Amino acid sequence: MSQRPIRLCIAALGGQGGGVLADWLVEIAEAQGYLAQSTSVPGVAQRTGATIYYLEFFPLAESERAGGEPIMALMPVPGDVDCVIASELVEAGRAVQRGLVTPDRTTLIASSHRSFVISEKSAMGQAMADEAGITGLLRAQARRLVLFDMDAVAERHHSVISSVLLGAICGSGVLPFARQSFEEAIEKSGIAVSTNLAAFADACRRAGCGDEAGSTVGDPAAALPESELPVRARSPALQSLLDRVRRLPESVRALALAGVRRAIDFQDPAYAELYLTRLERVSMLDERRSRGERGVGNDRALTVAVARSLALWMTFEDTIRVADLKTRPARFARVREEIRAEADQLFGITEFMKPRVEEIAGTLPAGMGDWVLRSPRVSRWLGRWTQGKRIRSSTVSGFLLLHTLAGWKRWRRGTQRYRQENGRIHEWLSRIEQIAATHYHLAVELARAQRLVKGYGETYERGWRNFSTLLSQLDALTARPDGAAVLARLHEAALADEEGEALAKALAGMQQTPQPRGAPDRGSA
Amino acid sequence: MAERSFAKEVKSLRLGAGSPFRGEGILAVTKALLQSGVAYVGGYQGAPISHLMDVLADAADILSELGVHFEASASEATAAAMLAASINYPLRGAVTWKSTVGTNVASDALANLASAGVQGGALIVVGEDYGEGASIMQERTHAFAMKSQMWLLDPRPHLPEIVRAVEQGFELSEASHTPVMLMLRIRACHVYGRFTAKDNRRPAFCAEDALKTPSRDYGRIILPPSIFAQERQKVEDRFPAAVRFIAEQKMNVITGPESGDLGIVLQGGLYNHVLRALELLDRADTFGTSRIPLYVLNVTYPLVSEEWVRFCSGKRAVLVIEEGQPEFIEQAANQILRKQEVSVRLLGKDILPRYGEYTVDVLRSGLAEFLERFSAGRRSGIGGLRPAKEAPLVPAERLAALVPPRPSGLCTGCPERPFFAAMKLLQREMGPLHISADIGCHSFATLPPFNMGNSIMGYGLGAAGASAFHTDRGRRALAVMGDGGFWHNGLTSGIANAVFNRHDDVTVIIDNNYSAATGGQDIPSSRGANPHREGNHSIVDAVQGVGVKWVRRTGTYDMRQTLKVVREALTTDFRGPKVIVAEGECQLNRQRRVRPLMRTAIREGKRVVRERFGVDPDTCTGDHSCIRLSGCPSLTIKKSPDPLRTDPVAYVDNSCVGCGVCGEIAHAAVLCPSFYRAELVYNPSRWDRFLARVRAAVIGVLQRRGERRRLRYAL
Repeated sequence: MSQRPIRLCIAALGGQGGGVLADWLVEIAEAQGYLAQSTSVPGVAQRTGATIYYLEFFPLAESERAGGEPIMALMPVPGDVDCVIASELVEAGRAVQRGLVTPDRTTLIASSHRSFVISEKSAMGQAMADEAGITGLLRAQARRLVLFDMDAVAERHHSVISSVLLGAICGSGVLPFARQSFEEAIEKSGIAVSTNLAAFADACRRAGCGDEAGSTVGDPAAALPESELPVRARSPALQSLLDRVRRLPESVRALALAGVRRAIDFQDPAYAELYLTRLERVSMLDERRSRGERGVGNDRALTVAVARSLALWMTFEDTIRVADLKTRPARFARVREEIRAEADQLFGITEFMKPRVEEIAGTLPAGMGDWVLRSPRVSRWLGRWTQGKRIRSSTVSGFLLLHTLAGWKRWRRGTQRYRQENGRIHEWLSRIEQIAATHYHLAVELARAQRLVKGYGETYERGWRNFSTLLSQLDALTARPDGAAVLARLHEAALADEEGEALAKALAGMQQTPQPRGAPDRGSA
Repeated sequence: MAERSFAKEVKSLRLGAGSPFRGEGILAVTKALLQSGVAYVGGYQGAPISHLMDVLADAADILSELGVHFEASASEATAAAMLAASINYPLRGAVTWKSTVGTNVASDALANLASAGVQGGALIVVGEDYGEGASIMQERTHAFAMKSQMWLLDPRPHLPEIVRAVEQGFELSEASHTPVMLMLRIRACHVYGRFTAKDNRRPAFCAEDALKTPSRDYGRIILPPSIFAQERQKVEDRFPAAVRFIAEQKMNVITGPESGDLGIVLQGGLYNHVLRALELLDRADTFGTSRIPLYVLNVTYPLVSEEWVRFCSGKRAVLVIEEGQPEFIEQAANQILRKQEVSVRLLGKDILPRYGEYTVDVLRSGLAEFLERFSAGRRSGIGGLRPAKEAPLVPAERLAALVPPRPSGLCTGCPERPFFAAMKLLQREMGPLHISADIGCHSFATLPPFNMGNSIMGYGLGAAGASAFHTDRGRRALAVMGDGGFWHNGLTSGIANAVFNRHDDVTVIIDNNYSAATGGQDIPSSRGANPHREGNHSIVDAVQGVGVKWVRRTGTYDMRQTLKVVREALTTDFRGPKVIVAEGECQLNRQRRVRPLMRTAIREGKRVVRERFGVDPDTCTGDHSCIRLSGCPSLTIKKSPDPLRTDPVAYVDNSCVGCGVCGEIAHAAVLCPSFYRAELVYNPSRWDRFLARVRAAVIGVLQRRGERRRLRYAL
């Protein structure tokens, strides 16, 4: 049986340099006395889509001995690829999906970083692919897996991912080519040689170690260990708040502490007290339930859900809050880091704001704000000042403007927006308390549904509209045994599209479907 | 200037006899043209042959040294018509385009060329855009070859064979006075390989010679009675001549064992994959030695009856492997064999799929079935050779759920993005519109996150595609056209037609300065300096020239202006076609131009301000409205740093080019205050430094005061 060509496939994103990598590999193979063939299907995929390069190598000496050239394929064959190189995690998953990675044959060299696809990015909530699931898939499917964050390595060396991938290929030893020939290919290309070589060397070393990916995926708050809860507050005045947090059930404490910090940051310690008072009432309901009912889990789902939702709702994004966050020194430092300004490099920051009449009225004292909103003529007049504004927060005047607005915080409790939000919060909590005793899981879903109320301007309006729609269904839902599951479905539907089509459909479906039989109030939780 | 430069690669076009040539299939075709003494070359760009046009453009010097005339034709029809030079003179000419779309556009000229017949070899290199990576409707060039009587070559995707096909293509064309089409599949266009070069040849006869002594023959004119004579020549002279040449030159290959009761006929272009499939089934070795007789059709039209008879006689069953539909070869072969009374079981699309690309996997399954059914059972043992279909470790549904699809989209900073974002906002305001879309980068607007465009009728046909939506009252239709499509044919097929027929619709011409989707080639309105082409021709002037009275211009990056103009066009009382030219330079090309200049300026110590955008993660609430309006690759998401928030926040990564659309969208859509623009100053002036010091002092005092207060309440 004669030797077979080495089969290698590169799964990349358009514009990521898969072509450069393929060219390097061809050059290396030829330098090492191999016949090389490569091909690709660029087409429209060049524009940010998923694209594949395919290469085959065969020893020249073997070919001369046989007196003929091997016939090489121009596409990877499922189950017949020796090495798959994926420049991104989901693309590695896609290679598995295409059957190109098989346990008997394939070495998979992949970057564990993510470049999100449009459906993950454009969702109205969380729709990121399951990284842990994909990583597990790669481990199960590859004969050998080299997996690490190659984007980060490229970044560290101011290089590009193709150099890192090349290093990983070299380090993995999957190709019978000498390291020197890899380095020569980089040198010969003559572009950014030193940084590319550094990235190459780093990746080469890492690939020798194999699979390094161990990123944790999940809720960062859930990952907060108990030990992080401080015993003593840094400021003695806040000790009572901390003690109250510590008296809450264990599963709630981390979230409650985050909520308290957020409420202080938003307003003051008194506001955090209000947060805790509200939360404790809900916690009592949970307490009563676990005492009253045998066999009920002690997970305090309701308190957990309210701890999160309430903290976010109470710290609503009014103009004061935005101005406050935009003027902090930590924010300036973060911008410097994000834009990669060099040390001491000067930079300016311009904010893009477009407050509507609602936002302006929301910042006014409640009576005045309501009057503005009620009076079409005043609204129209104010509307003349609502064109998009560019505020240069790095200049003295721009900063002062925002700083003054942030200082308005002192009078926030009197503003129209504060009254409106806290009124709505009160109503929401009352509904939760009302139904929790009889329809616990429905109450949990209602607490979670607060997630719909977020954002600014039209986004906020839409969210509030959807949330109100859900609220209006509560009576109908309490009459159904599957009320909680239906509310969860409505919640998801509200996040499915901006136009509200999915929600309308779900509502229509809710009226039509006969109520399924089953145990009362089975939660979807 | 095209997106990809072949300045380095074209040097290999100068290689002389005996030198090893290395490169892409497309580059090999160019070299083969020069080795064949071609006198003139033209074509229109489009994947998979865009690079052929780019190589030719970059090879301008070499071409002029050899006296070869090269044109970047205005359309495929122009390119095809250029071949008229070969009708009366022994001039060798070659043209190229994306097929079948380009062949569609060219068919009028091609049909007339084929009827008139040629003296000089006429070669049409078509990139068959079929299967994975294709961007057009799935059809076959084969049908055009049959209907106009042109010969179709489908060589093995192996550089020496491709080069030989070019050389023999000219000879075949001259021997049979018929244009020849050379078909290259997508992967063959991009395959890297090697062949031994020959010297380039200057054309023996050139345009000057022709013009010195013009030759005329009424028999070559497409009018009666010549056309009837030409049809007779096609059937009685040219077809037999072609068949004779193909047989004598052994252009098709019969290989494998002499005897055997099974056989396989295949298109040359599928050779490597059929052989790989046979190898996996243990019916061939790595070097292409098959244990089953093979008949490789390097010429797929016309078929050589004697070869079919010879190959099929004495066999029990023969499998025809023919990609695409309908199965023209299989049908023709059945006719040949039946008339010659050869009794063989001919199989094809009854075993292989009726449609879709013939991947190795598909071929392996089909061949396994063929061998299983027709091998004498005892000897075969094929059952064990079937692709080992192990139960997959992970079920397909789970895989599909884990791996989200990655559709293509507009590039980072693309000037077309703000235009379609504005259209999205406009439709929110006015309700959904009927949008007649076109071919070009703007076709991506039909994909997420824009999802707009109701039909695409072809390149430059956006406006024409809206013709029937002509009403006197009510809502107007909106047509989109790119600058590439506009110059290709849209000026007449769309704009002039709308004027002449008194349309009342709105056409938006998206002017990004290039034929961008095909790789950034220049077109008549391109602004950049090009030593070989004459650009800078205004689209607005052209539109007014054909009689449009209502014309507006807008910069796409100015969304508010765009919104205003399009709203006006859709609602104005003005009767007649309304044309909006939406301008914004292709960002890929712009960056290629601007980046080096900026780097040089920074190095030279000049004051430079570079802008880029960012999102504040603490004010972003994770609704992603901005992404639904933009879809920019650099506007992405990351996990929220806030432990309370479960939805990911928007995030601008480092690939941002600072095009400004994020800020425009934040304003135009009343979105959210999370976006900021950072202006990085390189080589600041003294005044910059002074201002920075003052600002830092004032801001610093206020910020420190706030920090002290926050620290007091730190928990």
